[in-house]
Amino acid sequence: MAVSKKDVEHVALLARLRLSEEEVEIFTNQLSQILEHAGKISQLETLEVESTTHPLPVKNVYREDVVKESLSKDDALLNAPEIESGAFKVPKII
Amino acid sequence: MDITKFSAGDAVKQIKNKEISVLELTDSYLNRIKEVDDRVKAFIQVDAEGARARARELDGSTVNELGGGLPIAIKDNINLIGAPTTCASKILKNYRPVYNAHVIEKLIRGDAVFIGKTNLDEFAMGSSTENSSFGPTHNPWDIERVPGGSSGGSAAAIAAREALWAIGSDTGGSIRQPAAFCGVVGLKPTYGLVSRYGLVAFASSLDQIGPITKTVDDSALLLSIIAGHDRRDSTSLDYEIPDYLANPNGDLSDLKVGLPIELFSESFDEGVKVSVKKAIEILEKKGAKIEETSLSSIEYALSTYYIIAPAEASSNLSRYDGVRYGFRSNDNSDIIEMYKDSRSGGFGQEVKRRIMLGTYALSAGYYDAYYGKAQKVRTMIIEDFKSAFSKYDVLISPTTPTTAFKKGEKTNDPLQMYLSDICTIPANLAGIPAISIPCGLSDNLPVGLQIMADHYGEATLFKVAKELEEEIGFSDIPEL
Repeated sequence: MAVSKKDVEHVALLARLRLSEEEVEIFTNQLSQILEHAGKISQLETLEVESTTHPLPVKNVYREDVVKESLSKDDALLNAPEIESGAFKVPKII
Repeated sequence: MDITKFSAGDAVKQIKNKEISVLELTDSYLNRIKEVDDRVKAFIQVDAEGARARARELDGSTVNELGGGLPIAIKDNINLIGAPTTCASKILKNYRPVYNAHVIEKLIRGDAVFIGKTNLDEFAMGSSTENSSFGPTHNPWDIERVPGGSSGGSAAAIAAREALWAIGSDTGGSIRQPAAFCGVVGLKPTYGLVSRYGLVAFASSLDQIGPITKTVDDSALLLSIIAGHDRRDSTSLDYEIPDYLANPNGDLSDLKVGLPIELFSESFDEGVKVSVKKAIEILEKKGAKIEETSLSSIEYALSTYYIIAPAEASSNLSRYDGVRYGFRSNDNSDIIEMYKDSRSGGFGQEVKRRIMLGTYALSAGYYDAYYGKAQKVRTMIIEDFKSAFSKYDVLISPTTPTTAFKKGEKTNDPLQMYLSDICTIPANLAGIPAISIPCGLSDNLPVGLQIMADHYGEATLFKVAKELEEEIGFSDIPEL
C-alpha cells in the first residue's frame, strides 16, 4: 500500500514534526518502501490468533496505595529550559 | 604485562590477591583510551578523574569480590548521575539525569568503576552507530568499517580493550550484532530479567539491557550483578536469579540443537557460513544432536518488528517536546510550533523516520492493518519458538548475514540497513535470551555465532557458549 504525500504531511502533524519539502518527498518514498515490505504480514491468516502485548505472561503489577518518596521539585526542574514560579514555562497554549 | 588483555575474571583474581590495585587497572584502561580512542571513537564521555577517585577509594577498603573494582563502560542511553545521558541525540545533549538506572545502582553497590559513556545510534535506533549526532564509532578491526549498532561504542570499546567490560541495550539486535562485528561476546537476556528502570525507552516490549564482554564467563559474571527483580520496572520478572557462575559440567552429549532454516540464507556471506558451519561441527563432535528445523513465521519477523518497534518508539519519544527537559527551540509563537521546532531541530533523520513510520502504523484507519496485525504475527512467532524449544535445547544461527560493512555503505537505503538485523530480531519479539560469540574470522573480520534458548535459559546459553568458546579458541585482537 503506497503512502501518499498527503499521508506523510498528516502524519508529520500528528507526530509534531516539521518536515521540509525535500524531507516530505524522501519520507514518502522510504515509508512506502518500508511499509510495502512490512505489509507482507497481511498474507498471514490470523483470524483465530490472539494479540501479544507482552512477550512473557505479565500480570498487573500493583503496590499498596501508600505515599512514597518521589522526585523532588528541584530535581524535576533541573533540566527545565525555562522556569517561572517553580513551574515549567511554555509559550501560549490557549 | 599488558593488563588490558585480562578478562574480567582474571582481573577479579588479581585484585583479590592484591597483585594489582584498582587504580593500576583503571589507569591502564584510561591510558589505553588515550592511546586509541581518537581512532575508535567508542566514547562520548570519559570520566578520568571520577574513575581514579573511585579507584583510590576502593583500594583503601575491601573490594566486592563479585566483579568489584573493574572499569566498566556504559552505553549512553542509561542513566548515571554525574554525567549527561545524551542518547547520542542533540535533543538530550545536556540532559542531566536525576536518578541512577537500576543496573547502575547494582553496579555501584558492587564497587564498579565507571570509566565513561559509550557512543550509540541515536536513541538506540540503528545498526551501525552511524546515526549518532556525535559522529560514528569505528570498528577496531578496520576503522573504515562500522562496529555495528546500536551499541557500537560499547562493543568497540571491548574489542579495542578500552574497558574491561561494558553494558549495552538490545531491542532488535543492538547488543548481539555489534558484538558479532567486533568479535566480542554479547548477551540479550530474557525479557524482564534485567530492569529497564533508567534505560531510556525505545520500544518498551522489546528493549533489554545486557552485558558486552571479552569472554563468556565475564558475561555470566556481569549478568549476575545486573539481573534481578525491580519494583520500579513493572515488566521486571519476579524471578530468583540462579547462580550463573556455578560450573556446569561441559557434557554436551545430550544437547539437542535446532538450526532454523529461515536463518541460514544462501545470500549470507560465504565467510560467515564457513565459520558458523565449523562451530556446528564442533558441537557435533562433542556429541550434540544437530537437526535442521523450520520456524516458518520467522519469515515475517523483520516486517513485524519494523511495525511494532517504530510504533512503540513514536509513543515513547513523544515526551521529547521541549517542555520539561531537552532541547527547546527559541522564538516560538505558540506551543505547537515549539513542539515542531524543538523535535525537528533535535532529532536526527533515522529517529524522525521511525517516528513517522510508527505514527503512521498507529494512526486511525491503519492501526488494525499494521500494528494490530503485527501483534498477532508476534504471537505466531512466540508459538513457533515454544514449539521449537519443546524439541531442542538451543537454536543456533549466524548472528549476522555479513561481517562488518563499510561506513556509508547502507546509509542511503534504510531497508538494506534494517535487513542486517534479520537473525537477531526474532529473539526480541519472542522475549527469549540469545548470545553472540565470536566463532572465527573472515578476511580478518570477526564472525558471530548466535545461540538462542527458551525463556530463562541463560544457564544453558552460558554452558554451550563456553564449550564452544574453549574449542574455537578465538583469541584474536584487532591491531590498532
